[in-house]
Amino acid sequence: MEEKKQLLSILVDNEPGVLSRISGLFSGRGYNIESLSVAETVDPDISRITMVTSGSPPILEQIKKQLNKLINVIKVIDLTGQEYVKREMALIKVKAKPEHRAEILRITDIFRGQVVDVGQEHFMIKVTGDTSKINAILNLLKPFGIREIAKTGCIALPRG
Amino acid sequence: MKLKGAQILLKMLEEEGVDTIFGYPGGAVIDIYDALMDSKNIRHILPRHEQGGIHAADAYARASGKVGVCLVTSGPGATNTVTGIATAYMDSIPVVIFTGQVPTPLIGNDAFQEVDIVGITRPCTKHNYLVKDVKNLAYKIKEAFHIARSGRPGPVLMDLPKDMINSTARFNPPGEVNIKSYKPTYQPNIKQVQKVVRLIEKAKMPVIFSGGGVNLSRAHEELTLLARKTRIPVTSSLMGLGGFPGTDPLWLGMLGMHGTYRANMAISECDLMIAVGVRFDDRVTGKIDEFAPNAKIVQIDIDPTSIQKNVPVSVPVVGDCKLTIETLNKFIDEIDCGKLAEKHEPWLSRIEEWKKKAPLSYVQKDRIKPQFVIEKLYELTEGNAIITTEVGQNQMWAAQYYHFKHPGQFISSGGLGTMGFGLPAAIGAKAACPDRTVVDIAGDGSIQMNIQELATAVQYKLPVKVAVLNNNYLGMVRQWQELFYNRRYSFTHFQHQPDFIKLADAYGAVGLRADKPEEVETVLKQALSIDKPVVMDFVIEPEESVYPMVPAGAPINKMLLV
Repeated sequence: MEEKKQLLSILVDNEPGVLSRISGLFSGRGYNIESLSVAETVDPDISRITMVTSGSPPILEQIKKQLNKLINVIKVIDLTGQEYVKREMALIKVKAKPEHRAEILRITDIFRGQVVDVGQEHFMIKVTGDTSKINAILNLLKPFGIREIAKTGCIALPRG
Repeated sequence: MKLKGAQILLKMLEEEGVDTIFGYPGGAVIDIYDALMDSKNIRHILPRHEQGGIHAADAYARASGKVGVCLVTSGPGATNTVTGIATAYMDSIPVVIFTGQVPTPLIGNDAFQEVDIVGITRPCTKHNYLVKDVKNLAYKIKEAFHIARSGRPGPVLMDLPKDMINSTARFNPPGEVNIKSYKPTYQPNIKQVQKVVRLIEKAKMPVIFSGGGVNLSRAHEELTLLARKTRIPVTSSLMGLGGFPGTDPLWLGMLGMHGTYRANMAISECDLMIAVGVRFDDRVTGKIDEFAPNAKIVQIDIDPTSIQKNVPVSVPVVGDCKLTIETLNKFIDEIDCGKLAEKHEPWLSRIEEWKKKAPLSYVQKDRIKPQFVIEKLYELTEGNAIITTEVGQNQMWAAQYYHFKHPGQFISSGGLGTMGFGLPAAIGAKAACPDRTVVDIAGDGSIQMNIQELATAVQYKLPVKVAVLNNNYLGMVRQWQELFYNRRYSFTHFQHQPDFIKLADAYGAVGLRADKPEEVETVLKQALSIDKPVVMDFVIEPEESVYPMVPAGAPINKMLLV
């Protein structure tokens, strides 16, 4: 069966061990977590986990059911197929020889990124957007030499 | 009124209706044990190994329908219960396990007898807690019991640091438990139930497949009514035995890897399967894409994750088994059941042919056959004993040859298959049902895994009977090695076994032996009449195998019959 991706927004009790319970569920049952991001919401007792999973359609269905079964999981929202806004952030340390600096800055501008650190030999660029935008800027910067990257998982909320 | 954590714990146990706990002391729980000495309403049973304690609490729950309770100390005390917790988890049994823990400032510092038991049991508990603040203790305990017994039941663990147990708080009996993220569905959707009735009206070859859920929900009366009204034959998984009377003419026997010929054939040929409280485990389905190929499947279960997990389902119904079948029966009352009976007659005749073609059978000459022991036991107990089992061949013969009448009568580790479960389980069941005869059917391998519990049975005057089907082999594995590994008996032959009579005697129990078929009845009668724990050593045919057998990976209609 075909593998599909699923974007889930999960509201959970903000208690120690909850993240461990969820990642344990996935590792124990062999489900895939492609990316994960978690933080408190406006209610300090509730956290939101934004997660991208992948698998065949019956597995994706089981994942949602198994998550709902956990006592600490309040709600599982499947954003796949809905109208939503999704963003990721990346910090990219790119090698910047004098003859390349102008080009790198031009690329950064085009992607509406920002230079957040400068050194003799490098720039650190911060860029936000969806996964394809981040991948596109990485591809353009690769020829110059990428020293380090740090990426967040994606976060998302439904529109409306 | 200000109370210490230990006192709050005991008060809450009484609030929850607990009258019996199984526990083993240690440093981290010594304060709880001190408080226990002043308790007038809680009976405490001391096993000889924490694993004995947790299995006993598990079986206590299975036999009584109440929540079982186990109390152990930190570190090795807690880890010794992990097998028992996983056993209860796989079979969905309501147990609450209290583990002592090192004082809160020492947690995470590799202290003496410290383990992260919450981390270790996260995958095998329904839920677990580390209670750091004594002010929360009473409410969390109430919550734990609620979670253990509601929805799909399961084990809940509470880790109690020693300093928390010794601190004080004002005790107010907690109010109603309200967990916003946990609201199981008990009442079925009426439209879905009506769809089931329509399918019953149309089907020509229906079967009811019942499982552990029917027993947990105590839905046996409703199920029996449904089957008899609609003249639909019934089979069940190992965990479902007792959910339908094993002597009823509509009973097909257990299905699956060691199920009866007619049950496996009926499931393979049926056009409608009403699955109640089952999870379509691999022991039952065999090769899953060839399982019940012509059947429309109705699945009734309280747990949405079980529905459509393994097989495609035409009509899913989320709800409690008892309430759902009750609702179904009301709708069935409105249709013409005479027509159903007529419609199903040819199907029932066909099933009768299968029964005649390959009934359960064995041939006994001069060596005792284990099947004969079970049959005699059934006869002499009039089918009224509570039977616990160990795991392997002993378990399968018990399931095949003893015919059960009600939930909680057959107590066996189905999901995890834990050897060593049977003896402590018999103790727990006897503690729950002191007026019933309780017999553990064991193998000579399994019985030694928790043999120390004989001391517990003797100390607390719980006269359980142990029937050891002794063949000097790890029987079920030997059978697989015979059938699929060219009789290469790799480490399945017990070259040295103890003298079980002397062993029983050493513990203060009674030991009996039967070497010949003529001695079986005498030994059983004697054991059942003695008011003490008895170990019966039945020296059986060494290479007897369990049949029918569905080889691993085969569809269930391709059984080995001999």
